[in-house]
Amino acid sequence: MPNRLQRQRECYAGALMTFIGVLAGYVATTYDIGSLRSMGPGFFPLVLSVLIAALGIAIAVAGARGADTATAMHRGAAAAHGRRGGFDLRGWVAIFVAVIAFIVLAWFAGMAPATFACVFIAALGDRQNTFRSAALFALGLTVFAVVVLAWALHVQMPIFKGL
Amino acid sequence: MEWISLVDLAHGFGIALQPHNLLFCFIGVLVGNLVGVLPGMGVLSAVSILLPLTFGMAPVPAILMIAGIFYGAQYGGAICSILLNLPSHPPHAVTCLDGYPLTQQGKGGVALGITMMAAMFGAAFGIVQMMVLAPYIAKIAFSFQAAEVCSLMLLGLLAGSTLAKGSALKGLAMTSLGMLLGLVGTDTASGIERYTFGRFELADGIELVALALGVFGIADFLRSVNNVAPVNTTYAKLRLRDMRPSKAEVKEAALPILRGTIVGSLCSLIPGTGPVIASFIAYATEKKMSRHPEKFGHGAIAGVAAPEASTHSSIQGDFVPTMSLGIPGDAAMALLLGALIIHNITPGPRLIVEHPDVFWGLIASFWIGNLILVFLNLPMIGVWVRLLTVPYRYLYPAALFFICIGVFATRNSLFDVAVTLAIGVLGYLLLLLRFEPAPMLLGFVLGPRFEDNFRRALDISHGDLAVFVQRPISACFLAVSAILLGLQIVARLRKTATPLDLRATVVD
Repeated sequence: MPNRLQRQRECYAGALMTFIGVLAGYVATTYDIGSLRSMGPGFFPLVLSVLIAALGIAIAVAGARGADTATAMHRGAAAAHGRRGGFDLRGWVAIFVAVIAFIVLAWFAGMAPATFACVFIAALGDRQNTFRSAALFALGLTVFAVVVLAWALHVQMPIFKGL
Repeated sequence: MEWISLVDLAHGFGIALQPHNLLFCFIGVLVGNLVGVLPGMGVLSAVSILLPLTFGMAPVPAILMIAGIFYGAQYGGAICSILLNLPSHPPHAVTCLDGYPLTQQGKGGVALGITMMAAMFGAAFGIVQMMVLAPYIAKIAFSFQAAEVCSLMLLGLLAGSTLAKGSALKGLAMTSLGMLLGLVGTDTASGIERYTFGRFELADGIELVALALGVFGIADFLRSVNNVAPVNTTYAKLRLRDMRPSKAEVKEAALPILRGTIVGSLCSLIPGTGPVIASFIAYATEKKMSRHPEKFGHGAIAGVAAPEASTHSSIQGDFVPTMSLGIPGDAAMALLLGALIIHNITPGPRLIVEHPDVFWGLIASFWIGNLILVFLNLPMIGVWVRLLTVPYRYLYPAALFFICIGVFATRNSLFDVAVTLAIGVLGYLLLLLRFEPAPMLLGFVLGPRFEDNFRRALDISHGDLAVFVQRPISACFLAVSAILLGLQIVARLRKTATPLDLRATVVD
């Protein structure tokens, strides 16, 4: 039987979908809707948005009535992946900063610094990595990236920029 | 007629055996096998990471390699489930039920040997099915007009979203959301930019790779980092000698393999029912038919043989609708479809005629690839087992970097990397709320083509919606869609056993 937490989750899930639907629908009305005979660019997005919003309401209603049959399946699937669940701030911050560092450094400094920073920061997000192991691993991957990606596969990014 | 396809097959072998193509087929199945073994690494993310690297290649080796990853991963996944009780791939969740008890009894090698036999037989059946069926289906599909294509896509989308994992309503919502994301960019009919918010980088739409890596890569890392349990490899020591099953065990497995194969091939014919559902149905069937149902869950050989055979036959069979109709049955095939489009090959009925190299080369490479896999896995099993201990703390930073560089290389845009991060956050939120990301990819790939055909169908009929029911083939597809939806609703109301509930009971 679904408990209160699961019902709450289903309501949030429905609310999120409805929100996306309404937002997308609002944007769709700024395009030309047209008619069935000659559809404008806004027709299909509007239909889709209404559908998403309606599905969102349906999810919330079904969830509130406790009709979520998928929970058992999900429990199995979650256990199967060997995850303990839960939110990890350190990992989150590391992933965000790593990707943003990659973008910024790739723009201003080139592939080698971007690779090193991205791998180093991401590796520090895992609690089992030390400063040293993360740096060594990042260095190794940077060499790999330069050899394989830049020289062999010709990825269109200079190894060092503006030096 | 049959002779012609044999000639074509020979032609295909000629292509697949070219050293260059053979090499990439080998790389594909090797990477697939590797990814299948590594816990915390999915097939979909592996394919999305490698997809950008194939852009510079010729289409044939690129497609052979990507397809190789898909079926190669199935072999690796079985090793994980049987030796470690760790189904890193959903289709192998059932294999754990009897595979791991066998391992605990010291018969893990036998279970793997049986699995290899089941895999080979199932795959062979699936490939023959594709060789025979795909050209015929393509011939029928030649007469399809916009209305038929539209109804067929609707069927595919409905089946893909309601029959897949999780709640049907949420699956539908995710498919629609995927279609909405597919609309971003310049509308082909009017030239107006939709949902780009004035960013010129979005005028060409969201990149498929960015979406796939956002939801299957970054979202997954956000969920898994510092959350992956260490792997227990106590039982995972094996020698090649241990893998030979006895005669009695082969006899015990023979009929389950046959039945599993048939279940898998039937499942692959129904759009939206992929290998996951096939394996669950095969297991349930075996349990029902067995004279010793109490043995299931405690190391029954049939409980390993049947689901493995069905997984492999349905994986190969899944290529049929993708290649002959251009309509993928699940997210994995949607990615393959995207790869074909990127390589300027339009999937659909014309593919077999216009690109026989790709179609028959692919079929021939299936034979070769499956053979390679069997011979790769038998002696290499020790290496795979050692690979299992590659810690996540190295795996995920490397994968994150490959995501960044892969998305960038797709069209040399750093903006796309930021889009990937944003999609990753959205994907994590959706995962938290128990939405399945796979249908979203299906909707994303099919959405724009659906809109295109929908508009064209109504242009021809002057806005008359009746065109979809007046054309008989189209009406058939719509009827099947309606039955599918009706069954779901009836099952929900009466709370009878649908495949979903069935799976829930098996897993619990």
